[in-house]
Amino acid sequence: MLENLTIEQTSKLLNSKKASALEITSHYLKKVSDANKLNCFITVSEDHAIKAAIQTDNRISKNKKIGLLDGVPLAYKDLFCTNEILTTASSKILSNFIPTYESTVTSNCQKEGAIVLGKLNCDEFAMGSTNKTSFYGPVINPWKSNESDEDLVPGGSSGGSAASVAADLCIASLGTDTGGSIRQPASFTGLVGLKPSYGRVSRWGVVAFASSLDQAGPICKTVEDASILLEAISGHDKKDSTSSIEPNEHFYKNLNSSVKDLKIGIPKEYLSDDLPEEIQGYWNEGKKILSENGAEIVEISLPSTKTALPAYYIIAPAEASSNLSRYDGVRYGLRVKGENLTEMYELTRSEGFGDEVKRRIMMGTYVLSSGYYDAYYIKAQKVRSIIKSDFDLAFKSVDAIFTPTTPNTAFPISKEELDPVQNYLNDIFTVPANLAGLPAISIPFGLSKSGLPIGMQLITNTFKEQTLLNIAKNLQDSINFNIYPNQWWK
Amino acid sequence: MNSEWQTVIGIEIHAQINSKSKLFSSSSTEFGSAPNTQVSLVDAAMPGMLPVINKFCIEQAVKSGIGLNAKINKKSIFDRKNYFYQDLPQGYQISQFKDPIVGSGSIEIEIDGTKKAIGIERLHLEQDAGKSLHDQDPNLTFVDLNRSGIALMEIVSDPDMASPEEAVAYVKKVRSILRYLDTCDGNMEQGSLRADINVSVRKKGESLGTRCELKNLNSFKHITSAINFEVARQIKIIENGEEIKQETRLYDVSSDTTKSMRSKEDAHDYRYFPDPDLLPLNLDEKWIEKIKNELPELPDEKKDRFITQYKISNYDAEVLTSDRQTSEYFEEVISNRNPKLVVSWVASELFAALNKENLSIENSPVNSKQLGELIDEIEKGTISNRAAKEVFEEMCVSKKSVQEIINDKGLIQISDTSEIEKFINQVLVDNPINVEKYKNGKTKLLGFFIGEVMKVTKGKANPGLLNQIVKKKLDN
Repeated sequence: MLENLTIEQTSKLLNSKKASALEITSHYLKKVSDANKLNCFITVSEDHAIKAAIQTDNRISKNKKIGLLDGVPLAYKDLFCTNEILTTASSKILSNFIPTYESTVTSNCQKEGAIVLGKLNCDEFAMGSTNKTSFYGPVINPWKSNESDEDLVPGGSSGGSAASVAADLCIASLGTDTGGSIRQPASFTGLVGLKPSYGRVSRWGVVAFASSLDQAGPICKTVEDASILLEAISGHDKKDSTSSIEPNEHFYKNLNSSVKDLKIGIPKEYLSDDLPEEIQGYWNEGKKILSENGAEIVEISLPSTKTALPAYYIIAPAEASSNLSRYDGVRYGLRVKGENLTEMYELTRSEGFGDEVKRRIMMGTYVLSSGYYDAYYIKAQKVRSIIKSDFDLAFKSVDAIFTPTTPNTAFPISKEELDPVQNYLNDIFTVPANLAGLPAISIPFGLSKSGLPIGMQLITNTFKEQTLLNIAKNLQDSINFNIYPNQWWK
Repeated sequence: MNSEWQTVIGIEIHAQINSKSKLFSSSSTEFGSAPNTQVSLVDAAMPGMLPVINKFCIEQAVKSGIGLNAKINKKSIFDRKNYFYQDLPQGYQISQFKDPIVGSGSIEIEIDGTKKAIGIERLHLEQDAGKSLHDQDPNLTFVDLNRSGIALMEIVSDPDMASPEEAVAYVKKVRSILRYLDTCDGNMEQGSLRADINVSVRKKGESLGTRCELKNLNSFKHITSAINFEVARQIKIIENGEEIKQETRLYDVSSDTTKSMRSKEDAHDYRYFPDPDLLPLNLDEKWIEKIKNELPELPDEKKDRFITQYKISNYDAEVLTSDRQTSEYFEEVISNRNPKLVVSWVASELFAALNKENLSIENSPVNSKQLGELIDEIEKGTISNRAAKEVFEEMCVSKKSVQEIINDKGLIQISDTSEIEKFINQVLVDNPINVEKYKNGKTKLLGFFIGEVMKVTKGKANPGLLNQIVKKKLDN
C-alpha cells in the first residue's frame, strides 16, 4: 500500500485515516536506511521527522483540517539551510555547518506540515551534472541499463533529490536549478522536475551558486505533485530583493490538462544530428500527442541557442567565484590553520573545495579580472540579453516551447570525461531557460532501448507556470509513464 | 614652501550615514556596543543570506547629494568589490562602481574672504567592513563585526585643492553640509567621518605629478600635518632627481610623518561586477523633488541670509552658520534682540565657555532661552555688561535663573541719576587735586573718576549714565 506514493495519495491516506503520518514516516525512514547503497542522503533527520509526524497525527486526531503537504515525508537538497540540521552543500568546507535558521522555501514546507526526512546529496555547491563532485561521494541512479550492471549517474546537481524520489525513499523532494540541475536529473530518473521563473521562489537561506540563475524547485512523481509543491514554496519574500512581487497562484486547484488552441513552439536550433534517435523519437511523439489533443505545433527560431552555453559558463562561474568567497575559515565551516591569514585562506580553501568548485572559482575569477572583464563578463551579459529577447519574440507567437531535456540518457559513473567541457554539454537544452529567467519543466516520456528514462522539456514565458503545468499534465496523462526502477539496492 | 611648486589635492570622504540600522540589514549601528553584539546573519555572511537595501539610507544619500549641489542619478547599481580580509565577511564589499547614486556637483569654500569652488566627482553608497583588533592577544587577531555592513557615503572630490588650508576648509564644509542635513553626525573621533587624501606636486605649468594617497585621516590637525609632510617629502624626492612611486601611505601621529602602506603593484584587482543579489536602484523623479523641497536651509544660504537679515559681518555669519546647531541657537536668541550684542555673547562668551568644558552647543549648560533673558537684562540696563559676565559664569554652573543670580549677587545696576550723582559728588570731593588737574586740561582723568565710582558702587553704576554725568559735572 505504501509504495511509490505521491503527495496526493499520501494526503488521501492520512485524511481517510488509512495510515498515520508516523506509520508513513517510519516506513520511509526504513526505506532510506535500506538504500544506503544509493548514497542519496547526507543527513537523515530521523528525530525531526518523527516529531513532525506525531504533530500531524495530533492534528488529524483532533479532526483539524490538514493541508496537502501535512504529514508528507519530503527531503531537501543539502543546499537548503535547515535549522539545527547539518547543511553541507556537499562540500568539505561546510562539513561541520549547522545553521541556526531555516531557508524560506523549506520553512514554507514545514509550515504546511511537511516532514523532512533529511538532506540530499548533490554536486558540491551544485556545480556539476553527474553528482560526482560531491565530497560525500557520488549518488547512484536507481535505474540501470538492461545492457549492463554498471552504476549510472542520476544526473546533477540535484542528483540525490532525483534518485531519492525515483527510488521512493521520499514522496517528493526539493532541488535547485542553476543551469538544469533539477530538470536534467529528473530526466535521468523518470521524474517530473520543475524550475520556476526567476524570482518566483525565494533564494533566502539557500546556499548560493550563481545568484542571478539559481531557483529552487520540486522533483516529483507527478505533475500534480509538482504543482502542489510549487504552490507551497512560491511567493514574495522581502528578505530576497530579487524575489518577485507577482502574486502566488493556486497551481494545483487550477490545474487542467487542456491544450486546446495553445500554440507550442519547436525551436529548430535544438534539432541536431548529434541528438540520439530515440530522444528524437520521443520528441516527435510529444509533438504528435499535443497536436492530437488540440494544440498547434509551430516551428520557431531561437537563433542564439548556441551562444547560451558559453555565456552560462562565464556568468555562473563569475558569480560563484564571488559567492564562495565567504567560505574562508574565519567564521564557520572548515578552518585549516596557517602561519598567517593568507596561508589560512589557502590551506582552508585548498582542502575545503573539490576540483570542480576550484575550477569554476578560477574561471570566474579570471573572467572578472581587470583586462578580461569586458571581453568575457560584459560580452556574456550581452549574449544573455539577446537570448532573452529571442525568447520574448518567440512568446509573441507561441504559448510554450517544447524540447528534449537532455541530449543523452544516464551514463555510467565510471565514464570519465577528460575534458570538463564535455560534461558541460549536458546542460545544452536546459541552460537557456535559466539565462532568460523562464519557468521550465521536465517530464518523463518513456524508456530508451536500454531501459533508461528519457525526459522532455517545456518552457513558458515568465510567471506562466500554470500554462506550463497544464501542458505537462496533458502530456503526462496521454503518455501514462508511471514506471519505477526495480529495487535492486535492497 | 618653495613657490615654484604647486600642490594638487583631491579628497575622498567616507561619511557614515546617520541611520539606526545598517545598509543591508536591520542590525543596530549604535557606537560603542560590546564586540559582535550588533551582527545579523547577513552581516556575518552566513550561507544563503541576502542583502536588502535600507530605504532610509538611500534617502540620506539623495539628501546629501542635493546638499552637495550634485546630480542625482535616477538609476544606480550596486557592485561587488571582491577581496579577502578577516573583517570582510562576504569576501566582497557591496559598493557602487560604475553607476553611483550621485554624480557630479560642486561646493564653495572660503578662505580669508576668498571663495573657491571645489568640484564633487561623485557620491556612492557602500558597506563598511568590520574591525580587526590586533592588540588583544600576542598571536591572534580578533574581529568585531559590529561595524560590518554599516552604511557609508564615499564622497569623491575633483583634484581642486591646492593647500592644506583648502583641504581642511573643504572637509569642514562637507561635514557642515552633512550635519545640517542630519545625514552624517560628522563625529571624526568615532570615525563617522574620515578622509583619504590624494596629494601630488608639480612645478607650475607642468602636467599632474604622481599622487600618493594618505589613508584614513580623522582630524583636521592630522589632515594639515599629513599634507604638509607629504608635500615636502614629494618635493624632496623630485628635487633629488628621483621619481614618486604611486602608493597608499598612512599618517603616523607620533612621528608626524607618512609611511608607505602598500604600493600600486600590490593593489588588489577588485573584480567589480554588479551584485546579482540586488536589483538596480531606480529612483522616482517625484520622490527626489519631494526630498529637494523638504531640504533644510544649508550653510551657504543661511550665511547669506544672516548677513542681510541681521546686518552682521561676513566673518561672524561664517562662524555662526558653520554648524547647524549653532545657527539655530543663535536664531533662537536673536529674536527681536540687538544682533551685535547677541553675536558677541554667542560667538565670544558662550563659545569660550563651551570650549573650556569641551562641550558641543547641544550640551550647553546655558540654553538659548536663558541666554536671551540675560541679554534682555543688559539691554534693559538692569545689569552692566561686566556684571552680566559674572551672571553668565554662574549660569554655567548652577541651575538658578538669571533673576535669582542677579538678586543673590546684588548686581542690579544703579540707573537712578540722583543716586549716581551722590556717588560722583563724593568721589569729586575726595579727589580735589585730580579735579583741579582735569579742569586744567588733563581730560584723560575722566577714566579715573569713572573707575573710582565703579569701585565704590562695586561696578553697579550704569556706565552710560555715569560717563555722561561725570563729564557734565567736570565740564561745568
